[in-house]
Amino acid sequence: MFHWLEKNPFFFSVGVFIVIAFAGLIEILPNFAEASRPVQGLKPYTVLELAGKEVYKKDNCMSCHSQMIRPFKSETDRYGQYSLSGEYAYDRPFLWGSKRTGPDLHRVGNYRTTDWHETHMFEPTAVVPSSIMPAYKHHFTNIADIETAYAEAFTVKAVFNTPYDVEGGVKLGTWEEAQKMALAEAKLITADMKNKNVKDAVESGKIPEIVALIAYLNRLK
Amino acid sequence: MQSNAALEYDYSIAKLFTYTTILFGILGMIVGTLIASQLAFPELNYLLGEYGTFSRLRPVHTTVVIFGFTLSGVFATFYYVAQRVLKVSMAESKFLMVIGKIHFWLYFVGALLATISLLLGFTAGKEYAQYEWPIDIVIVIVWVLWGVSLFGIIGIRREKSLYISLWYYIACFLGVAMLYLFNNMEVPTALVSGYGNIMHSVSMYSGTNDALVQWWWGHNAVAFVFTVPIVAMIYYFLPKESGQAIYSYKLSLLSFWGLMFVYLWAGSHHLLYSPVPDWMQTMGSIFSIVLILPSWGSAINMLLTMKGEWNQLTENPLIKFMVLASTFYMLSTLEGPIQAIKSVNAIAHFTDWIPGHVHDGVLGWVVFMIMAAIFHMTPRMFKREIYSRKLLESQFWLQTVAVVLYFTSMWIAGITQGMMWRAVDEYGNLMYSFIDTVTVLHPYYAIRALSGVLYLVGFLMFAFNIYKTITASKRLEEEPQFKTPMA
Ligand code: HEC
Ligand code: HEM
Repeated sequence: MFHWLEKNPFFFSVGVFIVIAFAGLIEILPNFAEASRPVQGLKPYTVLELAGKEVYKKDNCMSCHSQMIRPFKSETDRYGQYSLSGEYAYDRPFLWGSKRTGPDLHRVGNYRTTDWHETHMFEPTAVVPSSIMPAYKHHFTNIADIETAYAEAFTVKAVFNTPYDVEGGVKLGTWEEAQKMALAEAKLITADMKNKNVKDAVESGKIPEIVALIAYLNRLK
Repeated sequence: MQSNAALEYDYSIAKLFTYTTILFGILGMIVGTLIASQLAFPELNYLLGEYGTFSRLRPVHTTVVIFGFTLSGVFATFYYVAQRVLKVSMAESKFLMVIGKIHFWLYFVGALLATISLLLGFTAGKEYAQYEWPIDIVIVIVWVLWGVSLFGIIGIRREKSLYISLWYYIACFLGVAMLYLFNNMEVPTALVSGYGNIMHSVSMYSGTNDALVQWWWGHNAVAFVFTVPIVAMIYYFLPKESGQAIYSYKLSLLSFWGLMFVYLWAGSHHLLYSPVPDWMQTMGSIFSIVLILPSWGSAINMLLTMKGEWNQLTENPLIKFMVLASTFYMLSTLEGPIQAIKSVNAIAHFTDWIPGHVHDGVLGWVVFMIMAAIFHMTPRMFKREIYSRKLLESQFWLQTVAVVLYFTSMWIAGITQGMMWRAVDEYGNLMYSFIDTVTVLHPYYAIRALSGVLYLVGFLMFAFNIYKTITASKRLEEEPQFKTPMA
């Protein structure tokens, strides 16, 4: 049979394809219905948090940080309760990471605060002297892209039925409403910050990346 | 039919891809060396403003070496090998020549744009699948063009039976196509909402599902880019360079179909102890162990091909390259399964042992094999002998030392860190704060950075040698039969 296949490229290719597609069918697909269910009480990201997640993704924090706590005592002691599948239901893409050059961040919101992040992101060594994490000073001057974050929330609501605008949940509204809400949320964060330029920017209606990023980090619990 | 007259093969496209292999190799390894140095000396993060941090550059490194360097090497060897094993010249079909040219130029421009887009921060966020959707579309077109070339030339072949190398090229084509498409399914947000940046998209899958699809791809990107087409190369170039026939056809069959069947199951070993269902994790572990068989099958087949001919190892440095490559292939395909054992993975995952494993594979196996292939092809494509054997020999040893430094330092670093994370004192409290487990790694990071410099220098020697071969080396009257001539 194999000799025959080698003379018939079409059937050879079909054979290869079946053999390699097989595993995916059996191993990947059955999980789909099961794993997309959110844990109870999980809310979708607000627009500001999404903008922060975008900063996290754009600056690729997951190249050094995981967001996946494994069920070992040494990990739960260090980072808190181990991670559950349903906690990630609104993460597109998932941000588990594969390398811990820095610590896990899945529950960093439980033990770090806005002002701590403010100092640390500007100059990590100011907080942890031998840190090898890069300083992200440009987050303090670059303006976060709230519009794209709104587009993302709009899209996941429209395409994947992510529950925005439901009773007691996160409100999305129109683009104008979303802007106002994001700004109000940003002001709650800058109330705990020191950097004058960042505060001024938010007063004038612009949200620097650092504010969005901190909103996102604070939400990781 | 040209019955007995030797065919004039057309190498114009193989040559173009050879140039980009070298170009992207240099680029990718410079960035690799830079990010390795940044972990040892963080001040180096600020050379290029916001574009130069470790985190921005890491995906540039991985995608340039995978989609730039390795794929160029795959295409270069494909356009060389396919004509020869099918006994047909590209030049016989105008259509194929045109497709080949478009394939190259679209690939090259696409790869440059893709790299720039990552530097600017446009990223879909998933490893080796960072490119945003417009770039993905270009990649799909490039891949289809390759498919047209691949099946087009098979369509006009004279030799009816497909040689083993072609099995692997076909598998590479199909595997990457399937996996890439599935993993990069994303919804462009600007098209749905009418707001925001046109480049932005969200993944079709969320959370745990996304993780599964991603590592089904991620692991098999290693399979279908770093393994399958590289095996295609060694099946062609080792017999050609040594004049020995492949040791066993049965073993080739077994390893090929075994590899195809087993590899795809092993992806979930990247997700051990994560919230994906237990049975999938167990499957990932078990199939990773089984994977040793087809992997070693190919490697042993290669080593046995040299049976009784080991003297060639001293006489022909290219044989040395290829034997070293298969040895590293054996090392990393044993190491991977070990890391996939759950209790080992508990320590190894998230640590530097993983990049250590990746690089004994890529530096020892992938890069060595591609360089050997180019050393073999260049004299035949340009009709000149290799410029300098001395340079080639010194490059070999320099890079071998560099690989050993790389993986030994990362093994020690990884295991040290894995053990420190879990160390508890007599009362059961964690012994080390996280930063303690970072500072302890400094010497190993410094050694790795040094190994990067050495490896890069070796690669530059290779590039120089090829450049000189093409431009200034002695011309060859006729094509060498087996051993590649060198000065
Ligand atoms: C080169 C690797 C690296 C990159 C990239 C990196 N970090 Fe870090 N990060 C570290 C290290 C190492 C530490 C531990 C030392 C410290 O606190 O600075 C750390 C610590 C942290 C902490 C404190 C966690 C804790 O439990 O104390 C936060 C929060 C953090 N990083 C956020 C980020 C964000 C956000 C980004 C992306 C913009 C990022 N990091 C990028 C290496 C990195
Ligand atoms: C000069 C040689 C090289 C050096 C110094 C180097 C260095 C590095 C560094 C520092 C990382 C990041 C590790 C981390 O996050 O801790 C990395 C990742 C990676 N490199 Fe290289 N690299 C080199 C060559 C290559 C080549 C030639 C390839 C492939 C052909 C390659 C493939 C990869 C891959 C796939 C990763 C991701 C690993 C993972 O996610 O675990 N590298 N490299």
